[in-house]
Amino acid sequence: MNQPRPITVARALRDALTEEMRRDERVVCIGEDIGIPGGWGGAFSVTWGLEREFGQGRMRNTPISEAAIVGAAIGAAIGGMRPVADVQYSDFLFCAMDQLVNQAAKLCYMSGGQLRIPLVLRAPVGSNTRGAQHGQCPETHFFHIPGLKIACPAGPYDAKGLLKAAIRDDSPVLFLEHKLLYGAKGRTQPRAPSVTEVVPKEDYIVPLGTARIWREGADVTVLGTLLMVHLALQAADILAGDGIEVEVIDPRTLIPFDWEALEESLHKTGRLLIVHEDHRRGGWGAEIAATVHAEFGHLLKAPVQRLAAPFVPPPFSPPLEAAFVPSADQIVSTIHKTLAKDYDECQ
Amino acid sequence: MTDTLPDNHRLHLYREMLRIRVFEDHIFELFEAGRLPGTVHQSQGQEAVAVGVCAHLEKGDFITSTHRSHGHAVAKGIPLREVAAELYAKAAGCCHGKGGSMHLGNLALGMLPAIAIVAGSIPIATGLALSQQMLGSDRVTVCFFGDGAVGTGAFHEGANLAAVWQLPVVLVCENNQYAASTPFDLTSPVPNVATRAQAYGIPAVTVDGMDVEPVRDAAAEAISRARKGAGPMLVEYETFRYCGHSRSDRNKYRNEEEERRWGERDPIVRQQRRLQEAGLLDDEAAAQIRAEVAAEVEDAIDFAQAAEAPLPVALWADVFAPGEAGMPDYWPGEETGEVSQ
Ligand SMILES: Cc1ncc(C[n+]2csc(CCOP(=O)(O)OP(=O)(O)O)c2C)c(N)n1
Ligand SMILES: [Mg+2]
Repeated sequence: MNQPRPITVARALRDALTEEMRRDERVVCIGEDIGIPGGWGGAFSVTWGLEREFGQGRMRNTPISEAAIVGAAIGAAIGGMRPVADVQYSDFLFCAMDQLVNQAAKLCYMSGGQLRIPLVLRAPVGSNTRGAQHGQCPETHFFHIPGLKIACPAGPYDAKGLLKAAIRDDSPVLFLEHKLLYGAKGRTQPRAPSVTEVVPKEDYIVPLGTARIWREGADVTVLGTLLMVHLALQAADILAGDGIEVEVIDPRTLIPFDWEALEESLHKTGRLLIVHEDHRRGGWGAEIAATVHAEFGHLLKAPVQRLAAPFVPPPFSPPLEAAFVPSADQIVSTIHKTLAKDYDECQ
Repeated sequence: MTDTLPDNHRLHLYREMLRIRVFEDHIFELFEAGRLPGTVHQSQGQEAVAVGVCAHLEKGDFITSTHRSHGHAVAKGIPLREVAAELYAKAAGCCHGKGGSMHLGNLALGMLPAIAIVAGSIPIATGLALSQQMLGSDRVTVCFFGDGAVGTGAFHEGANLAAVWQLPVVLVCENNQYAASTPFDLTSPVPNVATRAQAYGIPAVTVDGMDVEPVRDAAAEAISRARKGAGPMLVEYETFRYCGHSRSDRNKYRNEEEERRWGERDPIVRQQRRLQEAGLLDDEAAAQIRAEVAAEVEDAIDFAQAAEAPLPVALWADVFAPGEAGMPDYWPGEETGEVSQ
């Protein structure tokens, strides 16, 4: 038998869509530049070629109308479909803010639970030399909104399993994908780590709210998502040379959040660094850090550290962008800070 | 009206289109050769619109632009050096390397740095026009947008407001038949963008966007109307981009026959022929213009290549307006760039 081949995130997402669309006729894709013969399959090729199997009726190409994309997906979801809508860059979610925040997130609640909104909204995040309106990591905006689940896979296995779980979920799920993790090659992706994995042939899901431990270690826990997971793994490799064991945890979904996994890790390490590409100030890491201090302070040997983008918009210039996005080197030096600060020694 | 254009003006239109074409062709090669960061959205084929519309604007008039901003920037008079340096992400660029291809602009020269959220500039252009109306100025705002923008709510909200307040704004749609890979007729129930303006009582025309003198004439009427206080107008130009939508797009959703048909209407070739027939341009003069344009473009690119990248401290600059009263935005534990200086 042929050995299964490793696949990219883009391919894993396409496979998840294909399998779910075959499994459930109610699944329909809605977005810009999808389903066009000779076209792209969305901005990042995830839906490429799917119209050949499912036709343009289920691969619905829209005008440039983010508010209508999200609104129509909400309505269709309420009416009995299971839409997977997408915007080409997560920055354009802001064009659909009313539909997403006032409608999708709240209709179940304000109707006293009458409405189900099985909607997935896919959106690519991350800086990639496109500047301020195409490079944001806006997850914290939505982390603050009750009623939306947030998935953020860092690799192909998780991308496929989480997307399937999201499609089968009855609540709206914002599904964030990182532009540098799709697996596209080429010189315009100098910072993209190569992330491919073999995924099972059998149907599987990754339940929302379950973390993944990418690497075990006893000295310090690094909690990160998306691209930051891979930079944390690079940092862990570097530190392993100095005998420092880093545990790398990826929550995989921010809402719901797997507190059990994090608590367990803190029992082991007692030290925590949180890394995200969204801005540090007011970022989701601040909420995690505050909660860890309040609820698990007794496990901590040192204060929680955070590393994230500074409080400026994403710049276009590559050297500025390199200073904007956290790097593996910065993760290494922040881990050293975490290790150096010891509550016992402070006393 | 065309016949009454002064001769030097007709030559100017030709030269300006050539400047854009030669610049864009160079930029394409440099991008393909890996010399430019990010992405580019280019405007070869659409030069007549940028040039014909801007030809009638004063320096103090405003334009707004889109992700496809190179041609507009050149036509509005931003020096090529500043444009090239921005594409190279250099500090000498018009946005100091913080904007790039999708955000070219220089407000002092009347171009709002381009906005890459499709239709995001339409309500802003409306507001720019409002400011000029309220300040009692006769400056006009021209809002460039693509056929794709009419699918957004922002287009309709902006157009309606402009009409209700009779603002001095001209809505210029470059209908290049495609929004990214999506053909216009897949997303519009009516064949022309101009039709959309009827609902707002905005006068609108559809004009050949591949012929610079008619382009200019239509814009002249809309702009002088707006300047007189007669309110907004929409001009739809039918045009075509020769290049892909952006960096690696190879236009597989279009067909060669279509590309050939549009290519035969090339605005630069047409204007050159017209000038030659009118006895305003001979081969020698044409060669001289081409040589001058080529030299200017080369100079701009040499300048951009040699220019410095922004200093690291620029990362923190311009988040807020400089020189404001009050406390600086200090936050414990955050880098501010000052230490690294
Ligand atoms: C609100 C928004 N949605 C989607 C995009 C992605 N996008 C960039 S350009 C483009 C097509 C724009 O088409 P059109 O307005 O016709 O302009 P053209 O590219 O043809 O000049 C799309 C979909 C965007 N920039 N902004
Ligand atoms: Mg277009």
